Amino acid sequence: MRTRNLKVDLLARVEGEGALTVRIRGDQVQDAKLSIYEPPRFFEAFLVGRHCAEAPDITARICGICPIAYQISASRAIEEAFGVSIDPMVRALRRLIYCGEWIESHVLHVAMLHAPDFLGYADAIEMAKDHPDVVRTALRLKKVGNDVMALLGGREIHPVNVRIGGFYKVPTRSELQALRPSLEWALEAADQMADLVAGFPFPEFHRSYEFVGLRNPPEYPLFDGKVVSSAGVELSLDQFEEHFPEEHVEHSNALHSARRGAGGYQVGPMARFNLNFDLLTPRAKQAAKRQGLEPPVTNPFRSIVVRAVETIFACEEALRILDLYQEPERPFEDFEPREAKGCGCSEAPRGICFHSYEVGSDGLIRRAHIMPPTAQNLRCVEEDLAQVVAKNLDKPDTELQWLCEQAVRNYDPCISCATHFLKLRVERL
Amino acid sequence: MRAIPKAKRPKLAVWKFASCDGCQLSILDLEDQLLEVLGSVELAYFPEATRAVLKGPYDISLVEGSITTRHDAKRIQEIRRNSAFLVSIGACATAGGIQALRNYANLRNYIQAVYPRPEFIDSLDKSTPIRNHVFVDFELRGCPVSKEQLLEVLNALLNGRKPNIPAYSVCLECKRKGNVCVMVAASRPCLGPVTQAGCGAICPSFHRGCYGCFGPAESPNGASLAAWLRRLGQDDEAIVRLFRSFNAASEAFHSVSTAHENPKPQG
Repeated sequence: MRTRNLKVDLLARVEGEGALTVRIRGDQVQDAKLSIYEPPRFFEAFLVGRHCAEAPDITARICGICPIAYQISASRAIEEAFGVSIDPMVRALRRLIYCGEWIESHVLHVAMLHAPDFLGYADAIEMAKDHPDVVRTALRLKKVGNDVMALLGGREIHPVNVRIGGFYKVPTRSELQALRPSLEWALEAADQMADLVAGFPFPEFHRSYEFVGLRNPPEYPLFDGKVVSSAGVELSLDQFEEHFPEEHVEHSNALHSARRGAGGYQVGPMARFNLNFDLLTPRAKQAAKRQGLEPPVTNPFRSIVVRAVETIFACEEALRILDLYQEPERPFEDFEPREAKGCGCSEAPRGICFHSYEVGSDGLIRRAHIMPPTAQNLRCVEEDLAQVVAKNLDKPDTELQWLCEQAVRNYDPCISCATHFLKLRVERL
Repeated sequence: MRAIPKAKRPKLAVWKFASCDGCQLSILDLEDQLLEVLGSVELAYFPEATRAVLKGPYDISLVEGSITTRHDAKRIQEIRRNSAFLVSIGACATAGGIQALRNYANLRNYIQAVYPRPEFIDSLDKSTPIRNHVFVDFELRGCPVSKEQLLEVLNALLNGRKPNIPAYSVCLECKRKGNVCVMVAASRPCLGPVTQAGCGAICPSFHRGCYGCFGPAESPNGASLAAWLRRLGQDDEAIVRLFRSFNAASEAFHSVSTAHENPKPQG
């Protein structure tokens, strides 16, 4: 029987570190594994005994790419535990800072990390030599997202302003309006980015996924609402852990998730888009339709277009919030700790980020459980890989390797998150 | 400082150990200068940004993250041997990071708390900064690092001069910004007096106390600050938590937190 060996020791252009092993014997894919060798950091353990007010800042350090996702999920969980109600304007500001994170993270992935795969470059810097305007525009667009985070949060990475109950300090209406010209430019630039990436060559690949994400009409989801799936599941947040258990597999420092009685599932832009297309903002919906993107999108290689569409949404939503914003009376609602349990969930750029905490009457955390999006996608990525390899066995090793890396990047995996991700190793036996 | 030979573009490598990726993301967050900075070096190893890998030796190695596994303890030795300048970036690389909270606990209990199959996990008992393992040419603080300071360090190295990174406290930055002191005026606990500047005093600017992202300033008086915190009504447990976060294992913060963990009887 013919045997071949392919090895990539470090998957690039993802956040964090891991390896990928595909075993092929003859024309059968025997096994596809993502090995997470990013060292474990034990967040859920050292959160025990910390004050619940510290959870947003501590859990933000799980991921430098999506700190807002962690800050908002943690805050919502603890607010839920103590029954803290959030002023509508404060909630709008939280959506605004979250839009900033989506713009920054989506544009980073679309233009800097994923586009080079489709155009045959090692990286965006090399790509910039042939397409300088594309890369410079993308960098400017990414910066608009960062500017939103810095204005509301103090800095781009690990912002300091989100707290339980709201914010430490809220901007005045006129301070916020400073963002308007750049967001108006960003909306046009995002629209053009969607048209550009929609023209990339996409491998023909489809699978039937179970898509899982938040749904909270009438808004396109960022946080709150119910967890819904394309299989018809609808759960309140406190039912989530029971229906989505995690398992620990030997090759990974991240836990894998599955839906009880079903199996692997997909979270992230494609899932959100397929579950919430009706709730997209007008320009985003128009751009999707123009590019023939309608639910259900089942080719994960087209997730790059969905990210671009969601970038349009984030710009529109940010501008909408700028229009309606009036400075709230108080920047935050205070809380009184009591013995309680609470769950919070938000849509990180790469999918749902679920937090649950048990807190004592002293305000100290007794138990913490965090399910980052990439860990939830791991099984789905492995299944994609097995099929990508099976359908492309005739390709030479270097081409197959490129395609595998690209297939993993479809998920914008954040390995730092997932260990709390990637060498590629294809073994043909 | 030694100068990097001008004859060729210096080779830049970016390495990751236990961390959140935020500090190396700061490089990609230099949107206005990114193409110029990366154009003036040869990008030899930076997996977060490129699949291209060039062999060492490297002129500049930026190291993010702390050492937490036996494998990583060996890997940093190899990186040092292959690097002319090694700069550790961020609180994980310079102090062990938030994951150094394990240094104060029993690691086995931690592993059992997070992972259902503890036997699959390889991890050291302590999370340690890079300088505990190899000689470090420069340490850039912050959780995350300031991208302006990161640019200054790269600029300095490329031009053969010493980086201009102040070691004074956040208080100086805060005063310069014209903030009203959150500790004096609002009785909020603040680590500003003992924490190194660099962030731009953002927390007090947002009406909250500094929580020490940049680690100890030069000659900090942590014991005195802790006494003031007590006068503001903070108990020992709260003081321990405040000093024991992203730079918990830095010597100056560690000594305050351990002193208040086992306080001497009063009076």
